[in-house]
Amino acid sequence: MRKLLLLAIVVLVGLTFIARLFYLQIYGGYEYDVFDDSAIKKEYTYPKRGYVYDRNGKLLVANQPSYDVMVIPREVQPLSDEAIEEFCQLLKISREDYDKKLERAKNYSYRIPSPFVPQLSKADYAVLQEKMWKYVGFYIQKRSLRSYQTTIGANVLGDIGEVNRSIIQKQPYYKLGDLIGKQGVEKTYEETLRGVKGISFIQKDRFNKDLGPFQEGKLDTLPVPGKDIKITIDAKLQAYGELLMTNKRGGIVAIEPSSGEILAMVSGPSYNPNLLVGRDRSKNFSKLYRDSIANPLFDRGLQAMYPPGSPFKTLNALIALQEGVVTTEDRFSCNMGYRYGNRKMGCHVHRSPANMNIGIYESCNAYFANVYRRIIDKYDSPAEGMDNWSKHVKSFGLGNYLNNDLSVGQPGKVPTAATYDRGYGKNRWYTTFTISNAIGQGEVLATPIQLANMAAAIGNRGYYYTPHIIKEIEGEEIPEQFTTPKKTTIDKRHFEPVIQGMFDVYNKGTADMLQVDGIEICGKTGTAENFAIIDSVKTQLTDHSIFVAFAPKDNPKIAIAVFVENGYFGSRFAGRMASLMIEYYIKGDISRKDMENFVLRYSLEHEYQKPFSDEPFGINRQTTLEAIDEKAFQDLLKQKAEIPKS
Amino acid sequence: MLRENQRRFKFDWLTIILFLLLVGFGYVNILSASHIGEITSYFDTSQLYGKQLIFIGLTFVLIILILSFEAKFYERFASIIYLVAILALLGLFVFGKDVNGARSWYGIGSMTIQPSEFAKFATALAVAKYISDLQTNMQTLKDQIRVAAIIFIPALLILLQNDAGSTMVYLAFFFVFYREGLQQIYLIVALSLIVLAVLALKFGIVITAVATALILIAHYFLAKRKGASILQYILVLIIASGFSYGVKMFYQHGLKAHQQNRISIFLRLEKDPVKLEQMRKREAYNLIQSEKAISSGGLNGKGFMQGTRTTGKFVPEQETDYIFSTVGEEWGFIGSSAVVILFVLLIIRILYLAEAQKSQFSRVYGYGVASILFIHFTINIGMVMGLIPTVGIPLPFFSYGGSGLWGFTILLFIFVKLDSNKINEW
Repeated sequence: MRKLLLLAIVVLVGLTFIARLFYLQIYGGYEYDVFDDSAIKKEYTYPKRGYVYDRNGKLLVANQPSYDVMVIPREVQPLSDEAIEEFCQLLKISREDYDKKLERAKNYSYRIPSPFVPQLSKADYAVLQEKMWKYVGFYIQKRSLRSYQTTIGANVLGDIGEVNRSIIQKQPYYKLGDLIGKQGVEKTYEETLRGVKGISFIQKDRFNKDLGPFQEGKLDTLPVPGKDIKITIDAKLQAYGELLMTNKRGGIVAIEPSSGEILAMVSGPSYNPNLLVGRDRSKNFSKLYRDSIANPLFDRGLQAMYPPGSPFKTLNALIALQEGVVTTEDRFSCNMGYRYGNRKMGCHVHRSPANMNIGIYESCNAYFANVYRRIIDKYDSPAEGMDNWSKHVKSFGLGNYLNNDLSVGQPGKVPTAATYDRGYGKNRWYTTFTISNAIGQGEVLATPIQLANMAAAIGNRGYYYTPHIIKEIEGEEIPEQFTTPKKTTIDKRHFEPVIQGMFDVYNKGTADMLQVDGIEICGKTGTAENFAIIDSVKTQLTDHSIFVAFAPKDNPKIAIAVFVENGYFGSRFAGRMASLMIEYYIKGDISRKDMENFVLRYSLEHEYQKPFSDEPFGINRQTTLEAIDEKAFQDLLKQKAEIPKS
Repeated sequence: MLRENQRRFKFDWLTIILFLLLVGFGYVNILSASHIGEITSYFDTSQLYGKQLIFIGLTFVLIILILSFEAKFYERFASIIYLVAILALLGLFVFGKDVNGARSWYGIGSMTIQPSEFAKFATALAVAKYISDLQTNMQTLKDQIRVAAIIFIPALLILLQNDAGSTMVYLAFFFVFYREGLQQIYLIVALSLIVLAVLALKFGIVITAVATALILIAHYFLAKRKGASILQYILVLIIASGFSYGVKMFYQHGLKAHQQNRISIFLRLEKDPVKLEQMRKREAYNLIQSEKAISSGGLNGKGFMQGTRTTGKFVPEQETDYIFSTVGEEWGFIGSSAVVILFVLLIIRILYLAEAQKSQFSRVYGYGVASILFIHFTINIGMVMGLIPTVGIPLPFFSYGGSGLWGFTILLFIFVKLDSNKINEW
């Protein structure tokens, strides 16, 4: 017994130690990852972010240096009150801010650097840099910020901002304080533009002193610079579009039909992209974000779903021809509208009875109601007819996301039989229930970009390229989905009569006063009723002014959709703007100054105030045009003059 | 002549191989733990690894010297060696040099020598000498007191020099005494006292007293032979409670703050988060860093000189008391387990050889060697892995330091010599 005591204890201790080692190293241990190792400092080198050029090679977005004050709370040494006071003055923050920021950094992590005061100006940096040695635990990190070479295209170009924690969790590439594209092309082409940051691993000792590269720098990587991109936007056209949209709300989308390249993408009201750079970014951003009335961050060209109105009639004409339910010469009479049952869809005074050509250029509601009924009623049940119609409409890129390279978008809406089955019950509805679809008012919703794309598909006589914004990436192909044509369900031969109708809209129809010498424009006006809830009462507001066009008639160079909120009838604002845009793009200058002056001079701001005025107000016919004051008008003309001529 | 040669080399080679493996692997880890930047020369004596290499070289001289003495020499001169060691310890009070608050070193030029490392084998020799005396009977109180005094004197001197860790090593001799006939009751009492101390600190005096009472009542009713009166039971209870109270008082007033905190950390006594945070940065810092380093080693370790925490010197004292954290980080579970197994094998081998000795002196000495190595091994590795409170003593053959290495080498090789001589004993 006595011989065995120590022996037994020795063996027991040995086993206990091995068990403890097992617990520490195998059970509680973890796969070694140098990124989790607090003994190794990770130092990042940020690559140059790629530049953004417009389609003609004009530089739109470049970089500028910026200086962030960073803090590592663990290393901060207590400062005297005077020292903190001085530091705060240099940083231009208050003492409370100082405490709050330090607290926030501590809450995040004691040892990971947090941005303390981001994005100092060059001047502030110069002063601060000399005093930095006093503030142990703080250091200045140089970073690159965007420098916008233009004041236009905020919605197109987007902006970059600090990553938030949910992004860091999802994408470990990003570390706190890193910048990431938040909107626009900065967001969609983030990975192309940002490049890959370089990293060096540095062995530290327990006093946080650098001991030199870890493993002789074997794991270190060099930064890969971001690639420059060329976008499809024509900066001049974009600038001109934004100018035209001043004092109005709405969207303009212009596409090159032969390629699907987006030439301009205007959303009004817009803002200067430089607002979202530098220290004031968050202040300015929240100002823009909180403006729930004008909603400048809402891209009306991409996100606003409106009933398309009359331009949609062209699609119904095409579908009817494809389905063989009408010929171009079939005539329908119109007696100030179309009666069905005891209801009536109104129309205006024009030649009657109308064939397809007259139907289109006079935008006859009755004509299209008849056509639409024939399309649906061709089949045994309205459900079957509806689904078939829906399939044709969707082949023009309506009713679904376009699946492109823009950071935002909306699917719009194209009803199917199921839509009505849900509303009325299966087989408990008839074609007339859906008759508003004939004139683009019923259950159909589309975004301006979808309508521009529709115009492009018509201009191309039956196919389109997915509208996209990327034109060139250094040394990289643009995605194949943008270079393969998408075919519509309508045969090429059916397009000519419809296009002729759209051409006649300009010649003798609803847009005859919008003609531009020397350019054969095909277009279609539209007017969409719309409503707002004011004090829980559904109240009709002035119609949206809509115009869809492409030009020239053969081999079109531009297809465009213009929406002006509460702009009243189609040719009043949208039509004018579309004509001006087309002329500006094709000819490089404006011959009809009167038309341009009209658009620039008249504001719709008073119209947008109406729902908030708490007073009864008139719409449509009862609205008046309100001019901006002469000085403001002259400013706009000056702005126009600053857009270089092509 | 041939027989003479055979006899001379009849050393236990297994022990020697285990010793060489430990010293060799120890050196490898000191190299990792102490190098700063590139190693230009392994013999660079301005660096710890360079010095250790010299210490190891001198160790072999020492071994040859020890083995060349007659085995009988050690028994004959045990008392004198012991006296010299005690004098050396006493001399520290006059000539000693303070390092880290402990007055345990003699400074000779740039070298320092720590006599407490040599006092261990001296005490082991003295204990062996006394117990092996024909007139000694470990069952008698008189001899128990005398042999206790032999270990108590150096232990006290070392304690007075502020080296509480090295003092605890002398508890190792308990195993020796027990092997040589100390009554069972001492073992029971010792265990009870340890349990009582832990209970008193962890749960307080009242709960400890109640628990003791319950155990005594159970014993009273369950014991087959009612030898003791109720009065005796009560007496035991009073003594036990008094002891608990004493422990508690000693913990609160007798210990230095850092010692108190080490125990507090181990028994998780502190609940105040502010104080805990302070402890994490002070007393517990070493332990936290060392556990982190060991954990990060995983199964295979990060490899020789590849330990990021070792290279960054995150574990203070990593080349001395905390050398095992480097083993854990760079050699992983496999390497650390191997070290544990090597130690266990060495100690078992010594115990086996000790039992095989014909002379009682050799056996007692062998037991002393095994016990001292065992205590060092247990306290050091246990501390580095957080299994026992922090006590600063080195890991034999591993930790950096000449005195320690030589002390352990002498301790071990005297036994190797004694063992080689057992044929002549009869």
